[in-house]
Amino acid sequence: MKNPQLDAQGRLQHLLTTEGLPKAVMEQILDTAASFVGVTERDVKKVPLLRGKSVFNLFFENSTRTRTTFEIAAKRLSADVINLNISTSSTAKGESLLDTIDNLSAMHADMFVVRHAQSGAAHLIAQHVASHVHVINAGDGRHAHPTQGLLDAYTIRHYKQDFTRLTVAIVGDVLHSRVARSLIHALTTLGTPEVRVIGPSTLLPTEVGRLGVRVCRDMREGLAGADVIVMLRLQNERMKGPLLPSAQEYAKSYGLTPEKLALAKPDAIVMHPGPMNRGVEIDSAVADGRQSVILPQVTFGIAVRMAVMSLLGSH
Amino acid sequence: MNLPDAEQLCTDLIDRVRPAITPDTAVIGIRTGGAWLAERLHAAFALSTPLGILDISFYRDDYHRSGLHNNVQPSRVPFAVDDRPILLVDDVLFTGRTIRAAMNEIFDYGRPARIDLAVLVDRGERQLPISATWSGTSLAVPQGRLLRLVRNDEGQLSLRLSEAKAA
Repeated sequence: MKNPQLDAQGRLQHLLTTEGLPKAVMEQILDTAASFVGVTERDVKKVPLLRGKSVFNLFFENSTRTRTTFEIAAKRLSADVINLNISTSSTAKGESLLDTIDNLSAMHADMFVVRHAQSGAAHLIAQHVASHVHVINAGDGRHAHPTQGLLDAYTIRHYKQDFTRLTVAIVGDVLHSRVARSLIHALTTLGTPEVRVIGPSTLLPTEVGRLGVRVCRDMREGLAGADVIVMLRLQNERMKGPLLPSAQEYAKSYGLTPEKLALAKPDAIVMHPGPMNRGVEIDSAVADGRQSVILPQVTFGIAVRMAVMSLLGSH
Repeated sequence: MNLPDAEQLCTDLIDRVRPAITPDTAVIGIRTGGAWLAERLHAAFALSTPLGILDISFYRDDYHRSGLHNNVQPSRVPFAVDDRPILLVDDVLFTGRTIRAAMNEIFDYGRPARIDLAVLVDRGERQLPISATWSGTSLAVPQGRLLRLVRNDEGQLSLRLSEAKAA
């Protein structure tokens, strides 16, 4: 079956998910991002690649941070960026998703960055647009958040170099996390031998074994000897919902404290996609500690998004 | 066709460029061949400023035709460009488009006092008003052929002619 993310020449046409994304394409994104990290450290943080192109940020679901990093990435590539606050615009007046896309395409959009609560929304748009228009999934439902998965992979490669010797532990609400899914697919494709997921059974998907990961029920087992710990955000609605007794109970069992961190390798790095619930999934002493790479993740995220946009925007 | 000896051209080029080198001159080579040549010049002049390397992929004017190159490497300009004389180095000067891209990139690091260009071979057929300050030799190369510098495991430089890939 044809991969909807690649064109006939095997080039990246859309970025919708890390699942099924060829290893070579993933590595090209990470390698290109490394060069953009250098650009973002200069006085002039811009390159001319997307001059004259229009990037539309379509956020049907709020996310200031992700939208901002996509906006910065596009601007550093010299694109024009148009942010649409969908909740106050046409959709609220009853326009269908594809009608919205058609109208924006008529305004000569070259690229859509889409976040939507519905899984598959970015796929639907990608199937609908003309061949010179590219779609980046910035998070769809519980399904995928590929640029987050790739920036996590970039961060891991930056600190640990070689995926093929690593143990990566992902802790928390894997069931509802598109971040976790995208990272797991990226890590397995890039050759990580051991990916563990740790969380209460109510927050782990039943089919989780199919993803090629090892399921651990407690932190002692899950963190032992880990090189990388990825803490997932516990969504507010989950704290009050029926799947957990309480946020305090969760924090006691699965929150990352300095004591639990000591179970991992001494040089293990700690990651979090943000925004953090300090005192719930992660202690401040860990979040601000020397093993935390949470802020570098944000910086690398811009370079990874520049890499994706520059690979899409050339054709 | 007979290609000149790159090592000899390099030695001659170093001798000709040397009188123009000042204590604050910085050398920047264009990846890949230009970077190898720049390493030689940088060592020969015993400059205190570290060597700069450019990968001009983000500044190429054919991006919208041929896309981003597959193995883009980070550029490294580990010194202040402002008010500094720059010696830009490439292996082969042809259309001038690479040099234009490199100069655009250099200006995103700062405003240099001047930029001079040293190349090993000038193969003519310029498409932009750009010329080298020093070139090792001039050489007419048949259209559709790619002339480039290669470096073997011992670090020895030589010129190689191959079929150009279709863009």
